[in-house]
Amino acid sequence: MTRHLLSVSDLGPDGIDEILRLTDSFVEVSERAIPKVPALRGKTVASLFFEDSTRTRLSFETAARRLSADTMNFSVSTSSVKKGESLRDTVETIQAMGVDAIVVRHSGAGVPWQVAGWSGDASVINAGDGWHEHPTQALLDCYTIGRERARRLGTVASEQRLSGLRIAIVGDIRHSRVARSDVLAFDALGASVTLVAPPTLLPPSLAGWPVDVCHDLEATLPKCDVVYLLRLQRERMQEALLPSLREYTATFGLTRERARLLGPDTLVMHPGPVNRGVELAAEVADLPNSVIIRQVSNGVAVRMAVLYLLLGSGVDLAAA
Amino acid sequence: MAERERALAPPYGGVFVARARVMEPEDVRRAVWRMAHEIVERNRGVSEVALVGLQTGGVPIAGRLAEAIHAIAEVEVPHGTLDVAFYRDDIGLRPVLPEAATDIPLDLTGKTVVLVDDVLFTGRTVRAALNALSDYGRARAIQLAVMIDRGHRELPIRPDYVGKNLPTRRDEMVDVSEAGVVIGDVVPR
Repeated sequence: MTRHLLSVSDLGPDGIDEILRLTDSFVEVSERAIPKVPALRGKTVASLFFEDSTRTRLSFETAARRLSADTMNFSVSTSSVKKGESLRDTVETIQAMGVDAIVVRHSGAGVPWQVAGWSGDASVINAGDGWHEHPTQALLDCYTIGRERARRLGTVASEQRLSGLRIAIVGDIRHSRVARSDVLAFDALGASVTLVAPPTLLPPSLAGWPVDVCHDLEATLPKCDVVYLLRLQRERMQEALLPSLREYTATFGLTRERARLLGPDTLVMHPGPVNRGVELAAEVADLPNSVIIRQVSNGVAVRMAVLYLLLGSGVDLAAA
Repeated sequence: MAERERALAPPYGGVFVARARVMEPEDVRRAVWRMAHEIVERNRGVSEVALVGLQTGGVPIAGRLAEAIHAIAEVEVPHGTLDVAFYRDDIGLRPVLPEAATDIPLDLTGKTVVLVDDVLFTGRTVRAALNALSDYGRARAIQLAVMIDRGHRELPIRPDYVGKNLPTRRDEMVDVSEAGVVIGDVVPR
């Protein structure tokens, strides 16, 4: 029984499909005058964030509240972690208060797996662990691509599989947990993925990754259905991986000139927060095919689907 | 109950074995026609009426009622669909998944809403639907139309329009489809 959501690879294509299908219902809930259902009344969702976050933490909290769950918010700067409390003691303390789900973000890869070992009956959801994974981001990206393509091409929105789509992921792949989860999810749903980055911003090894690699953005842009730009994670760069930001933008930024190379239905995406003028020109972020804001609003609905499936539905995701 | 849920867990994972046909397709057609007339009569016209079919069994019946009312009163009655999964009181007790997203393309405030379902049994689905509807606006009144009332209510709920009252045992199952109404048993796989 899958009680946790730690990695995209826990789900498989059918599990991802189940979440995307359920997301439709929660998009509908989110769009109404009273965007709240009583499905998770009496459940408590704790968020345990050891790293800074705006959208993910708010997104999970909004999702939990729209399901009528109670939320418990833990931020490191005001907690006993400051007094030297260990991760394990922190988790066991929260668990002892009777929570049903713990949403974890941590700079260390693999921490959510450890937390799952200490969480008792509570479900653990990985909201980003180091450079490793960020599964709910990948799910909301898949949902956004499926729905926005259906909207533009006038097909049925339930055809959310991404089979045959060409997706370019551009930028700081090395430090990106979003890229790792996205590659797994896009591949599971049948898309082909091309990574576009300077060699210093690629992971040390791509063995086993179902991707192509290209160092020429301009050659890739006309040939893709989705351009997924990543944030340059300057806070994680401990060595000189780039000559300068300007040089990065000159070679790998989606500038206004390069945006003209995109096909009419090509979607521009970004997980946020955007470094405007670095990986993405401000004007391009505001183009009609940029769906960055949609990603945020779909994020709430996808997280409602994940919380409902883990805490309410009684359905085993792995067997879905 | 949604098909996907039914397939997911015992005892819902059983197979439906038909025993007797209690309504032919023609009987269902006549019942739809009569209920449409009753809806028009009771509401003195249908200018403020909206039909809402419950997923999944109520949806086709709501569509047929809308057609019949159109033929009788020459008015297009707005109709939507409602999935009550997130409002059910048995979440956590058995698998509960919505069949499709709710689609109510109008503000229900001030309308007389006729909820439509295929079979009325314990009344718990209707209770969930009443709570769900209140999140879409304050209807002037809510009425209930069902093709089959099979009894065994667990809540103080009664229908306003009934296709057929059908006495049943609690463990029997009633299936409403294009092929009419069939009563049978659920046999474990």
